[in-house]
Amino acid sequence: MLYAIETSGITKHFNEITAVNNISISVKPGELFGLLGPNGAGKTTLINMLSTMTEPSGGSAKVWGFDVQRQAGSVRQNIGMVFQGTTLDDRLTGRENLDLHGRLYGLDSKTRKNRINEVLSLVELTDRADAIVKTYSGGMMRRLEIARGLMHHPHVLFLDEPTLGLDPQTRLHIWEYIKTLNKEEGVTIMLTTHYMEEADHLCNRIAIIDHGEIVALDTPEALKNSLGGDVITLGLENPDDITRLCEAYQKNGCANIVSRKMNEVFITVKEGERQIPHVLALASKAGIPIQSVSLRKPTLDDVFIHHTGRAIRDKEVTEVEKVEYKLRSRRK
Amino acid sequence: MVNAAVNRAIQTVYTMWLREMIRFSRSKSRIIGALATPLFFLVILGTGFSSSFQVKGGGAFDKSYLAPGLISMAVLFSSLMGGVSIIWDREFGFLKEILIAPVSRFFVALGKAIGGVTTAMIQGILIMIIAWLIGVQYDSIWGILAAMVIMFVSGIGFIGLGIALASKIESHEGFQMVMSFLTMPLVLLSGAFFPISNLPGWLKALVYANPLTYCVEALRFFLLGHSTIPISLSIAVLLIFSLSMIALGGRLFGKMRV
Repeated sequence: MLYAIETSGITKHFNEITAVNNISISVKPGELFGLLGPNGAGKTTLINMLSTMTEPSGGSAKVWGFDVQRQAGSVRQNIGMVFQGTTLDDRLTGRENLDLHGRLYGLDSKTRKNRINEVLSLVELTDRADAIVKTYSGGMMRRLEIARGLMHHPHVLFLDEPTLGLDPQTRLHIWEYIKTLNKEEGVTIMLTTHYMEEADHLCNRIAIIDHGEIVALDTPEALKNSLGGDVITLGLENPDDITRLCEAYQKNGCANIVSRKMNEVFITVKEGERQIPHVLALASKAGIPIQSVSLRKPTLDDVFIHHTGRAIRDKEVTEVEKVEYKLRSRRK
Repeated sequence: MVNAAVNRAIQTVYTMWLREMIRFSRSKSRIIGALATPLFFLVILGTGFSSSFQVKGGGAFDKSYLAPGLISMAVLFSSLMGGVSIIWDREFGFLKEILIAPVSRFFVALGKAIGGVTTAMIQGILIMIIAWLIGVQYDSIWGILAAMVIMFVSGIGFIGLGIALASKIESHEGFQMVMSFLTMPLVLLSGAFFPISNLPGWLKALVYANPLTYCVEALRFFLLGHSTIPISLSIAVLLIFSLSMIALGGRLFGKMRV
């Protein structure tokens, strides 16, 4: 088996809306792989298909060598899943939740006992293990869910927005646990997130997803380097000058235009500190007044803007999200 | 290979049963509430009825007469509740944890049913004991044991019905509606509170179409030694009801999406 996760042309339609469109990815064993994209990009749908919770409409996928449609049982035995919302029984204690999980996955009593203590200490919940889950904080619940996902020694762990709705400090903690278990337990991890820093900090490789399609896929470093250096933001007095300025830079070939927004132009150059004077000189030669200049290292946000033309945080509601919302509210 | 599969099935059923037991043991107020209602009926209605009415054709109309009906009512409430609690599991997300586990859905549903029937029987038996303590006389020890079997069979049937409903109902508001539109008619049309031998035709038809009637009648036969409906018919109807409901519940639960 070459890959822990392998999809080929996997697709999901909800009625006439395409949530996931023809995605083919391969994840090697031991990788920490991130799916980064805005809400409604299709990340959760993809992860649900890989974990056998949703039937694909087309294409195929293998997880740990098993086909998600024809060998769903074997896939389930080999994966751990941490869903977006809580899926704990809040009337039970943490330990009881883990114990029931172990039983459902066929672990014998001795294995369960040892493993419960192992995973509890991994997420530092040992002293709260016998408290009813109802009394846990949001961060503790999430940690317990991660511990539970690991109970049965899965080869592949899916984490759907593992730090959604958690405070920054708890988020950092969860990041540490994720890194530790990837390293110490050797688990292949696929996580979805719409936090750039999270993907950047944690993942070996990232697939940027938008409207159900992969727009870029590489290591965080390579993604950022693909922009061609440091990001210089130029603020213009007159937005009408933008096109002329872009042309000037393109003709000169000294910089890549990454994107533009209102009266700002984002360009990338190698060794930004040295290039600023040159960039400004070109502008004044073209007779375009510049109001402000700033220089920074590129972020994944820049990569996302470069590929999709908008920021990941722009909370536009996509069609898929509308459908998902409708489905959810119909149940309520 | 076959052995492993059987072990796995037993383990699944046991796990789901264990969960119901832990939850049940933590809900003491629910247990007290479930016992208090029939107790009030038994004491107050029993005394009130016996001072004014008599069963046509002889026989006292007192707490002994009411006891089988109240046991049936407790079994109905708690087993229907046990099945319908799947709605809560969905609302609070735990259902996903069960559905993604590498186990058969059928055995999950069966485990849940056996867990629910256990709680239903505990409540039914407690009411049986309370009724005895306040003076209801039972026929024989064999009758009591047979009555427990009847509680089990009926409980399984109503849990199956509950699971089937839960798989179709999409919200917990819907659940409230089902509980009032289903449980009250079932109880009132069962002969738990009035003799069914001298009813007008339309009411008789409804009473005889109600599975709970056969539970009440069978319990009355085994506990008190007499019943209007022949015991063989009651047992046959309950068995058919139970098997078809658990099959229906298991089937719909298997198709359920989160």
